Amino acid sequence: MDTTRANDPAEIKDGTTTERTSDRELVVTRTFNAPVHLVFKAWTTPDLLMRWWAPESFGINLVSCEADARTGGRYRFAFDVPGQSEPVAFFGTYLDVTPLKRLVWTNEETDDGSVTTVTFEERDGKTHLVLHDRYPSKDALDAALASESTGAFPEQFDQLDVVLASAD
Amino acid sequence: MRGLLARPAALANGQLLHILNYMVQYQPHFDVSFAALSDATRRGVLEQLVQSDASITQLADRFGMTLTGMKKHVSVLEQAGLVATRKVGRVRTCRLGARALADEAAWIERYRQRWAERFNALDTIVEELRQQEEADGHDTGE
Repeated sequence: MDTTRANDPAEIKDGTTTERTSDRELVVTRTFNAPVHLVFKAWTTPDLLMRWWAPESFGINLVSCEADARTGGRYRFAFDVPGQSEPVAFFGTYLDVTPLKRLVWTNEETDDGSVTTVTFEERDGKTHLVLHDRYPSKDALDAALASESTGAFPEQFDQLDVVLASAD
Repeated sequence: MRGLLARPAALANGQLLHILNYMVQYQPHFDVSFAALSDATRRGVLEQLVQSDASITQLADRFGMTLTGMKKHVSVLEQAGLVATRKVGRVRTCRLGARALADEAAWIERYRQRWAERFNALDTIVEELRQQEEADGHDTGE
């Protein structure tokens, strides 16, 4: 009955693995073919973040990116979302920035956002990255996964509400 | 898959909307679901079942309807795969159907894909930085 391999969520396709490690936690891993100082730089420099955080396939444009990557610093990413007149902002605080080793930030755009921890480790000139998303509750993680799956924003749920209501 | 066993004990408020939106995007027969959902009572029933399973009698009481009326609504929802029912003795119990329970594994896979897409873009940036550094002729950073 237990065919773990068949639906192992950590199955490697393009090198990115994901696993739900508990009710409240998700872990993502990836290895980059570059030394850690370059990978860390790409994570902490707004101009560089702008270029990879919202790739084209996301269907949304990152219009501004402020990231004061120091312990206690704030960040704010604003996206243009199709059908939305105002940009949607994602923001929070860096709880810990340890150069070349660790980034920890809050996600404050929702009340029950996760705390994200990213660790960087160099091995043979490559950087092994572990991203750890910890939610305040199981429900918060379930809801985040559901919205992540749809790639949707709360405003789009409101739109759906309107559609469903008018179908009465 | 784990199916019903993977169902969160109590879905957070508003999660039904996530599920519906998921269905709009990823479920092939959304038209049937849409028809099933085009009725306020039926949406109410789903919201109720998100909270907990219920018998048809309980649902009828809850929505101030006759048993027959509620049976019809449940039947529409059942045909759309949104509700599953099971009769134990004289009581028919309703719970969310397989299609309403967006599969957690699919959610996690989607989450993984989003990071994978990001990281592929990051690969490009990092490679650029690496080449730049080589061109500048210093191997290590600060």
